[in-house]
Amino acid sequence: MGRSTRVHPGIGRRRRVAIVLLLIAVALLLAACSGNDPTNLSRVVDGANPQSSLDARGPDSATINDLYWLVFWIAAAIFFLVQGALLVAIFRFRQRKGKERAVKQVHGNMRLELVWTIIPVLVLAVIAVPTLSTLFDLRRAPDPGENALQVEVIGHQWWWEFNYPEYGFRTASELHIPVDRPVYLTMTSADVIHSFWVPPLNGKRDALPGRISNLTLQADEPGVYVGQCAEFCGLAHADMRIRVFAESEEDFAAWATAQAQPAVIPSEGPAAAGWETFSTVCVACHAVEGTQAQVRIAPDLTHVASRTSFAGATIDNTPENLRAWLHDPSSLKPMRPDLNKPSQGRILGMPNFHLTDQQLDDLVALLETFK
Amino acid sequence: MATLNPAVESATASHHGRKGVWSWMTTTDHKRIGLLYGVSSLLFFLVGGVEALLIRLQLAAADGTVLSADAYNQMFTMHATTMVFLVIMPAAAAFTNYLLPILLGARDVAFPRLNALSYWIYIFGGLFLTISFFVGGAPDGGWFGYAPLSTQVTEIVRMDYWALGVQILGLASLLSAINFITTVFTMRAPGMTLMRMPVFAWMATVVAFLLLFSLPIIAVGLFEVFLDRNLGTLFFDAAAGGTPLLWQHLFWLFGHPEVYILILPAMGIVSEVLPVFSRKPLFGRSFVIFSGIAIGFMGFGVWAHHMFVAGLGPVAEATFALTTMLIAVPTGVKIFNWIGTVWGGSVRLATPMLFSLGFIAMFVIGGLSGVTHSIVPSDTQQHDTYYIVAHFHYVLFGGAVFGLFGGIYYWWPKITGKLLNEGLGKLHFWLMLIGFNLTFAPMHILGLRGMPRRTYRYPKGLGFEFWNFIATVGSLTIAVSILIFLINAWRTKARGRVAGNDPWDGRTLEWSISSPPPEHNFDVVPVVHAEDDFWHRKYREDEEGRPVPIPGGGDPLVAGPDDPPIHLPSPSFYPILAAFGMFLTVLGLVYVPLGLVLAGVGVVTVVWGLFGWSMEPLTREEH
Repeated sequence: MGRSTRVHPGIGRRRRVAIVLLLIAVALLLAACSGNDPTNLSRVVDGANPQSSLDARGPDSATINDLYWLVFWIAAAIFFLVQGALLVAIFRFRQRKGKERAVKQVHGNMRLELVWTIIPVLVLAVIAVPTLSTLFDLRRAPDPGENALQVEVIGHQWWWEFNYPEYGFRTASELHIPVDRPVYLTMTSADVIHSFWVPPLNGKRDALPGRISNLTLQADEPGVYVGQCAEFCGLAHADMRIRVFAESEEDFAAWATAQAQPAVIPSEGPAAAGWETFSTVCVACHAVEGTQAQVRIAPDLTHVASRTSFAGATIDNTPENLRAWLHDPSSLKPMRPDLNKPSQGRILGMPNFHLTDQQLDDLVALLETFK
Repeated sequence: MATLNPAVESATASHHGRKGVWSWMTTTDHKRIGLLYGVSSLLFFLVGGVEALLIRLQLAAADGTVLSADAYNQMFTMHATTMVFLVIMPAAAAFTNYLLPILLGARDVAFPRLNALSYWIYIFGGLFLTISFFVGGAPDGGWFGYAPLSTQVTEIVRMDYWALGVQILGLASLLSAINFITTVFTMRAPGMTLMRMPVFAWMATVVAFLLLFSLPIIAVGLFEVFLDRNLGTLFFDAAAGGTPLLWQHLFWLFGHPEVYILILPAMGIVSEVLPVFSRKPLFGRSFVIFSGIAIGFMGFGVWAHHMFVAGLGPVAEATFALTTMLIAVPTGVKIFNWIGTVWGGSVRLATPMLFSLGFIAMFVIGGLSGVTHSIVPSDTQQHDTYYIVAHFHYVLFGGAVFGLFGGIYYWWPKITGKLLNEGLGKLHFWLMLIGFNLTFAPMHILGLRGMPRRTYRYPKGLGFEFWNFIATVGSLTIAVSILIFLINAWRTKARGRVAGNDPWDGRTLEWSISSPPPEHNFDVVPVVHAEDDFWHRKYREDEEGRPVPIPGGGDPLVAGPDDPPIHLPSPSFYPILAAFGMFLTVLGLVYVPLGLVLAGVGVVTVVWGLFGWSMEPLTREEH
């Protein structure tokens, strides 16, 4: 005991200081990261693995999970049987220290081989039945009696357009849905193939240009659910995210009513100055309901300030982040606006308009009024 | 060499002293071409490996900044394209080229110059794809090149490089497939019936047929992509009535047989290695062969399981779910028969055996996760996630690459005459096994937890950091294991143990001839009396079915004065010329319209090569 305390106390102290300094550095680093990181999702959504397909938060996802675990355990049993047989074969019949044994030259065993051909067929038949019944079940559109909410989904490089035809408004990359009610998505794409995927609520489904595909979403509990585009769609595929806000019927109704309101253009202050820039630059692509801005090749900004994120649900929607985005969009998300060809329907991101500081401040002020 | 036949001496003498670059450029010897394939695929393996390491470094932490999104998309596209078309397929071609004629008791393939053409097209195709990195970026639309993304941006020629590069690589494989099929059906030694062919030869045959039938499909698709990009043909433009789904059908109707093209050669290798190191014949040999054939047929009926989220409709999805489940049956049969081979044997855990056993263990995992993809509803969660990345790496790395390394350790002494070091070989195996599992097992978890593939970064808060970091550590472990293999190969060159003709106590004909084999392979064309003919020359069976050595049974056959003369194919310069012409052609086509001049020069060169080829006289008279 005495020995251990006496050994090189100087080095021990130096080490301790080094460790403390290291810990402080790590803590500072972590603090810095969580403080300024505009893409960190831990502030938006709870849980260690919020995008997990194993953590079902809706009936469809739960059905899929049940099926997966059934197959998983069957597969696990086969795994242990086969690997076990292999290991036993290796260890039981291993040759010791170069001592070759003359072993019987067995060429096969027809009966045994038929048995291990037929058994897999039977196992597969067992899993085929629930697979097919579940498959047809999940592909079914909601019955009229279920009062499903209809939402049109259009994939764009690299954001999602959500259109609520019953209410007459659009949002971008953030989908609000009522809980315990099926939401029937009717999906297509404006450019290349995308795939809509919010794992806690359901599996994924491709959104293809020139085709309609459908997917049902339903959430059991109010909350935020995250997902993202799952079909490689070019440069910023990783930054084409989805946030789903499941709300009570009342909250959803209140939200929908607010979203359906047209925007009001401010008449004075920086926001009014911001509109001057908006109506000369931004209108080329963005729509704002209630104004002359009606081009819909980029996200609808009527209620942009009511959203928690922008840029394909990747960046937290704060005035500072918004200003940084307007200053140089491609610095926050990789895009290729130099290749935009609106006439061919090809929009590969928002250009840098080299706005002045004044214009930036005014535009942010304007956008903050679009609540 | 104690030959009594002047023809053998003359054949040996006339090829003696053929050295230097020129002799390799004009060679028509299937063994030299096999070696060229092998060395080239190993070099591309290192390229593809570096691409993989860059991908892993980028993903080691959240919000990675090692690569830009643009660079990352090029990396994963080229990693896959390289590993599939420039590594595993040509590595299998290396083994098939080198071994198929010897396993059949033949002196060369049916069309030696066509064989050379295949190789040179392959190497020029590989160079063509590689130079794209230096002229504005490599292909970045995924190895699967989904339209309309692959036809969207025509100002940047990266996907032209991809479409044309894969096109000519496909041509190389198509030519060698025709060559191998013809070899199998016309060049077998007397007595070598189809059912006596070694299982590797059988699997090579099945692969050749898969190539023959699947490559034309992707060829059509690739032409359509190229035409859409360059002539505005609109095959895949939905707005003009084209259909993006058409590409997916064409691609996967090739792409799924392609999976079996990649794995069946390794299955063939394992089926050769296991009996030798268990000292027992392959259990249920005809079951293994017929299940390989069954896989070949069924492989054409499962492609739409790559499209379970594309919206084909539940009836189509149900059908392809069932066929996908069904293809697991012949695959399972093979695994059980391999275990049956080991069972009751006298198992020697030499390096080739370790890799083969590792193949079985890893392939079982890949096979089982593959069955989960046929469960359509759960595939809608797993599709395009890291779960899939995990699955196919268990099949193509844990399966194909482990099997191929087993083949390398197994046949290295035959090809070079020297044995690779066993200690380093085992270290290579264990490090690769550990590194492989560290890299790819966590990807199952990542995929189920919602991490999609082909994403250049992931944000904090999704819980992806830990397992991604582990996977990166694993990938570096794999890199170390490959380094050890390279050191082993280098050491063996200088001071490897001399192998002799038959270091493993082998069963098939290649072990009956010298190491390395003479250019004409066999002094005397063997007459085959049984499966595993060479084994039966060395051993007879006692009453209980145990082998008893026959004294002198493994001695080489000696040519007598009456043996017929040996004819060997002459070297030819025309294959490399025609292949170079194809290279110029595709390079020109990337840069239409101006490049058409270069393409014209290329076409003229191809015609020159083929014309010279067809007019080429036999430079050496038959003896």
